[in-house]
Amino acid sequence: MKKTVKSVTAVLLAAVMMTGVMAGCNGGGDDPKVLKIGCMGPITGENASYGTSVRNGAQIAVDEINAAGGVNGMTLELVFADDEASPEKAKNAFSSLMDEGIDVMLGATTTDATIALGELTQQENMLQVTPSGSGQDCTKYDNAFRICFTDPLQGTTMAEYIYNTMKKTKVAIIYDNSNDYSKGITEAFRQKFTELGGQIVPDAQSFGKDDVDFTAQLNNIKNSDAEAIFIPAYYQKVSAILQQADKAGLDLPFFGCDGWDGVLNQLGDDKALAEGAIFLTPFAANDPDEAVQKFVKAYQDANDGATPDQFAADAYDGVYVIVEALKKANVTDSTKIDNDALIQAMTQISVKGLTGDMTFDASGEPNKSAKIIEVVNGEYTVRK
Amino acid sequence: MENFLTQLIGGLNVGSIYALIALGYTMVYGIAKMLNFAHGDIIMVGAYTIFVAVSSAHVPPYLAILIGIIVCAVFGVVIEKIAYKPLRNTSSLTVLITAIGVSYLLQNLSLLIFGEQEKSMPALFHFDGLMFGSVRVPGETIITLAATVVIMIALTLFINKTKAGKAMLAVSEDKGAAELMGINVNRTISLTFAIGSALAAVAGALYASSYVYIKPTMGAMTGIKAFIAAVLGGIGSIPGAMFGGLVLGIVENLSKAYISTQISDAIVFGILILVLLIRPTGLLGKKRIEKV
Repeated sequence: MKKTVKSVTAVLLAAVMMTGVMAGCNGGGDDPKVLKIGCMGPITGENASYGTSVRNGAQIAVDEINAAGGVNGMTLELVFADDEASPEKAKNAFSSLMDEGIDVMLGATTTDATIALGELTQQENMLQVTPSGSGQDCTKYDNAFRICFTDPLQGTTMAEYIYNTMKKTKVAIIYDNSNDYSKGITEAFRQKFTELGGQIVPDAQSFGKDDVDFTAQLNNIKNSDAEAIFIPAYYQKVSAILQQADKAGLDLPFFGCDGWDGVLNQLGDDKALAEGAIFLTPFAANDPDEAVQKFVKAYQDANDGATPDQFAADAYDGVYVIVEALKKANVTDSTKIDNDALIQAMTQISVKGLTGDMTFDASGEPNKSAKIIEVVNGEYTVRK
Repeated sequence: MENFLTQLIGGLNVGSIYALIALGYTMVYGIAKMLNFAHGDIIMVGAYTIFVAVSSAHVPPYLAILIGIIVCAVFGVVIEKIAYKPLRNTSSLTVLITAIGVSYLLQNLSLLIFGEQEKSMPALFHFDGLMFGSVRVPGETIITLAATVVIMIALTLFINKTKAGKAMLAVSEDKGAAELMGINVNRTISLTFAIGSALAAVAGALYASSYVYIKPTMGAMTGIKAFIAAVLGGIGSIPGAMFGGLVLGIVENLSKAYISTQISDAIVFGILILVLLIRPTGLLGKKRIEKV
C-alpha cells in the first residue's frame, strides 16, 4: 500500500514538473494578445553604451506603438537580455528570452553576438532583425535581417564620396588591424577607391588593439603626398589619433565611418580637432527632420536628457520594421505565428525610418541611403 | 632624413616612458628578487590619481603629480606588505602568480570605480616644444626624456652613495648576511617598492601627457613592453633599463616607419628572443656566478 502511494506521488510530481517544462516551451501562459519582442545587447562591459542605446531606443518605439493602439489588436512587450557583446553570453541570453516566451527577435547589437544568435533563431525559424550588427555574416541565414549598413557598403560609399564629391585622388588610411569592422571597411574602400582611379598613399597604416601611440603612422602619412586621411575605426581610437595628428602638425582633411559617432563627446574640450571631419552615419540627433526631433525629445525625456545615437535610432526603426512585417503577414495572435509568412513579409514592406527609407531584399540587407555628417562648429551637421 | 629624425624623436618619446617603467621593474627585481607584474598597473593608479586631483579637485598639475607619487608609493608599500611579504620564502613562481593576481585586482577595481570609458587627462605641461631646423621636437618628448635621464642619474647616485642605497645593494647581495650586519631587510624592501612605485606615478603622468586618454587597462601592454625593455637591457641593471627602454622605443617606431606597421610588435619581441639567445643576461646585464 505504502509503495502505491509512493509511486502515485512520484507520477504526480513528474506530471507537475512536466507541465512546468511544457509551459516554458510555449511561453509560460502566453497571452495571444501580447506580442513579445526579444532584444539583446551589451549593457555591461566595454561596449555597454551600444546595448543601452538599443534597449532605450526600442522601448520608445514599443511605447509609441502601444499608445497608438498596438498592432492588429496585440500589444507589444519588449524583453531585454544582456549579452555583454559576447557570442557565448548571447546564446545563454537567448535561452532566457525563450523562457520568457518571445515571439520575434530584435538583436543582437554587436556583430559577433549577432552571428552566434543567428544559429539559434534559425533553428527556431524565428524572425531576427539586428539593429546594428554590421558584419557580413550577421544576415547569412534566411530568417535574419538588419537595419544598419554593412561594413563593405560603408567602405564603398566613402570611397565614392571622397573621390567623386570631394575630388581627392590620394588618400591615406589608418585602420585597426585587430578589428573585423575596421578591416572590412578598409578592404572595401581600398578596392573601390583604386577601381575609381584613386591611390592609397602610403600603403595602408594599421595599429593594434592595445596601441596608444600613432605618431609613427601619422608621420609616415605626413611624409607622403596624401591629400586626405580616412580612419575607419571606433571613436576612442579616432579621438586619440586626432590628438596626436594635431601634435604631429598633420593638417589634412579627415574622413570616417559610423564608428565616429561619439567622437565629439570623447574629445571633450578639444572638439576643434575634429572640425571639418566628414563621416558617414545613418542618423544625426540634430537633423531638423520632424520625426527625428520627435524621437530625440521622447528619448531625452525617458533617459534623463541623454541624446540618442545611431544605435538607438536603428533599434527604434527595427521595432517599426518588425511591426510592418507583422501587419503585412496579418499576425493577430501571438501564439499562432506563421514564421515563414512573417519572414517572407519582410521583403515586401517598405518603412520610412529615422535612419532612412528602407526596403529589404531576401538576403537580409536593407536598401537605404546614407547621411553624410560634417563636424561644423563642434557639432554634427547633416551635409547635403 | 627629416622623416627619419621625426620618427627617431617619436621613438625616444615612447622609449623614455618604457625606460621609466623599466627602472621600477629592474629595481624591484634587483633588490627584492621578484618580478612585480603589477608594476604596470601602478602606472594606471598614478594616472587616475592625477586625473581625479586635476579634474575633480582642481589641484594644480605639479601638486597633482606629487599627490600621485605619494599615493603610488603608499600603494606599492601596502601591496608588498599584504601580498608579497608573506610569500618571501616560498618559490618565486608563487610570488609571480600573486603579482599577476594583484595586477588583475587593480585593473578590475579601477574598472569598478571609473568604468570602462576612457578619460581624457587635462594638459599637465604647457610647453610647445622646440624647432631644430625643420624638425619639431614636441614638448612632451623633451620633458619625458629629461625626466627619465634625471631620474636615472638620481637613482644611480642614491643607490651607490647613500646609506639606504648601500643597504639595498647589501640586501640584493645576500638577505641573511645583510640582516646579520644590522640592516633592516623589511624596511629596505619597503623602501624599494616605494621608490619603484613612485617612479611608476611619474611614468603615469608622462604617459597621460603624451597620449591624453587613460583607461583601467592602460598599464597592461605598456607594462609588458617595459618589462621587455628591462630584460633587454639586463634586468637588475639601472642603466640597462634606461638603455633597453630607449632601444625598444626607437626600434618599434622605426620598424613602423620603414618596415611595416603590422609586424612592428613581432619585430620587438623577435629582438628580445635574439638578445636572450645570444646574451642571456641582457645588453648591459652583469654575468653573475651563482654559488651553491
